[in-house]
Amino acid sequence: MTNVLRSLRVTAIFAVLLGLIYPLVIGLVGNLLFPYQAQGSMEKHNGTIIGSRLIAQSFTSAGYFHARPSAVDYTANGSAGSNLGPTNSALIKEISGNIALVKKQNGAIANASIPADMVETSGSGLDPDISLANARLQIPRVAKATGLSESYLQDLVARETQNRFLGIFGDPHVNVLDLNLVVRNKLDQ
Amino acid sequence: MTWLGIIQILLVLGIVLLVAIPLGGYLYRVFSGQRSWLERVYAPCEKVLYKLSGINPTVEMDWKAYIKPLLLVNFIMMLFVYLILRLQGHLPLNPDHIPSMPWDLAFNTAASFITNTNWQNYAGESTLSYLSQTMAITYLQFTSAATGLVAVIAFLRGLVGKRAKMFGNFWVDFVKVHTRLLLPAAFILALVFVGLGLPQTFSGAQTVHTLQGASQTISRGPIASLEAIKQLGTNGGGFMNANSAHPFENPNVITNILEIIAMAVIPTALIFTFGRFLKKRRQAVILYVFLVAMMLLGTLLVYWSETSGNPILHKVLGISNVSMEGKEVRFGLPLDSLFVGATTAFTTGAVNLMHDSLTPLGGFVPMLFMMLNMVFGGKGVGLLNIIMYLIITVFIAGLMVGRTPEIFGKKIEAREIKLATLTLLIHPFLILFASAIALVTKTGVASIANPGLHGFSEILYAFSSAAANNGSAFGGLSGNTPFYNIMLGVVMLLGRYISIVAMFAIAGSLIRKPVVPESAGTLRTDTFAFGGVFAAIALIVGALTFFPALALGPIAEHLQMWSGVLSK
Repeated sequence: MTNVLRSLRVTAIFAVLLGLIYPLVIGLVGNLLFPYQAQGSMEKHNGTIIGSRLIAQSFTSAGYFHARPSAVDYTANGSAGSNLGPTNSALIKEISGNIALVKKQNGAIANASIPADMVETSGSGLDPDISLANARLQIPRVAKATGLSESYLQDLVARETQNRFLGIFGDPHVNVLDLNLVVRNKLDQ
Repeated sequence: MTWLGIIQILLVLGIVLLVAIPLGGYLYRVFSGQRSWLERVYAPCEKVLYKLSGINPTVEMDWKAYIKPLLLVNFIMMLFVYLILRLQGHLPLNPDHIPSMPWDLAFNTAASFITNTNWQNYAGESTLSYLSQTMAITYLQFTSAATGLVAVIAFLRGLVGKRAKMFGNFWVDFVKVHTRLLLPAAFILALVFVGLGLPQTFSGAQTVHTLQGASQTISRGPIASLEAIKQLGTNGGGFMNANSAHPFENPNVITNILEIIAMAVIPTALIFTFGRFLKKRRQAVILYVFLVAMMLLGTLLVYWSETSGNPILHKVLGISNVSMEGKEVRFGLPLDSLFVGATTAFTTGAVNLMHDSLTPLGGFVPMLFMMLNMVFGGKGVGLLNIIMYLIITVFIAGLMVGRTPEIFGKKIEAREIKLATLTLLIHPFLILFASAIALVTKTGVASIANPGLHGFSEILYAFSSAAANNGSAFGGLSGNTPFYNIMLGVVMLLGRYISIVAMFAIAGSLIRKPVVPESAGTLRTDTFAFGGVFAAIALIVGALTFFPALALGPIAEHLQMWSGVLSK
């Protein structure tokens, strides 16, 4: 019986300590030290919040760089991957659909030169980044639609590229919203 | 597969080792009652907690007195969390107005988190209130890790102890794991996570107007505090449905590396704590070498398989051969592969890519690691499984060379072997029996998402994950049905507690035995030869038990994929 009472007390005390005090203190200190990150890395344009730098949003117009295909259509309150297995015929259907879309938007590209991340859906459905090859393939389309020069956009991709951490870890990639915010600001001028 | 990729994997494992060795010593000092240099901070805090909970820290316990409160407090915490989930719709801290959970899902979730499994039949962002994310999920991510840790610590005390009441005091250990390890570590890691981009807020979802003028609702919440203990406690249950593939849970390659290190470091450190308790550093080194070799081989197999990609896509569509389905760009395939290997070897269950979309051999490795359940293993219980395999190895090796089997100076006799065998067999029994039931029932098969052999793998993966208390999934399987909620919940509970109780009973009987002094006739367990036998027995026992199931699932699918046949 003493053990039951003690268990009840331990359950309650630790619930308050670990389930309430700990996250609240992290919230307080976190928001004090890193207010931008703690609120979700929200980006503004002309004073209004237009999205999170970390969360992919749907870009369909030709004048923007497009994010990776999303199994949930960029629903940021319902993340998910496609969960299609490697021998599922639905996977082939999905990817060939994406290839057709890429070709329709960007003109004739040989299948072999389409990077995998451009036509295969991301894990979260919200991948904010694309590979450099993916970004470069989109440059002619964006240039044509916006009137910005291709060399400017190439410089832009190079400038926004996030390289390997310490030159070793990860793959070079570029954030789609970063690119598009620059494009948008340039056009606004 | 590139050299740079292999270097990435080796470097991260190297960092894990560099942190784990001193941490192993630290854990030994904490649990052998030595003073810490922060004693003046820790001791008063612990005193308050003892006083509030009515704990008498001077009581010494035997194995039964230790395990009773362990089971009892686990049961009450599970009940508490079940109630929170059932009532969350009426409780505070619910800015997104999420309704209460139905009973079967609440049972599954409570069972999942109390057992350190973190199997999730729900999507966190749309099914849990902030109160549930903190007071149910984050809370149990601490206490279930603590439970596993104190269990193995008490077992080690039993292994080297000389009197029945030398298991220590459950309550004291439970408090100290929190004050001296998990809370300070999680606190620092969570703040680092916020700095690196993980949100920590109690404001509800943010609705934004995108650059293109559409509206997007972005879920967020107290993520960093959960993420820290999710990894440190080898829990793995994510705040979001996409888990560590979600950019809010794992925004860049640095957080990805930190998450791998966080999940790996305590189970690795425990190997060295084990060596300190035995006063045999060599034993720890031998174990580490063989375990890390298994883990590395598995990781490289995933890496090779994912970079070789899907030949069907190559043949039919002619696109680049790397597989990116279900993966995120920012981590890169080498660290993706290490994450897959680590999350199942250390039985965390966090995923930074969708395992269901892995190539067949890429999915084979995590399944195998969960079936072996001893490649480091989860918080504490992993080491218990390793010791169980050591006992089996000593027994078989002893029979082969004609010596009385003994381990660490204690004779292994019928009772210990029976209990070790029970622990050994319960795991495949739970996985295979439950998978068989699911496969012969209509409701079990109806949840399968992918056709053909891959659908079989989805079910096999689910029960391997539940029995190993891992929590990762082939996520296509619709687990949120009464059938799977109950089946998986029961398998998780049995998989956790039967082996803990059986291993405690072994320690309880070992502690009463006289120590046999080491002689020329002793079978040494700290040699590479013994380590090789240990690894071979683990693999043979694992392979023999699971080979038919693995052959039907990932192995057959691998052959299918390379012969270019699709399932419809």
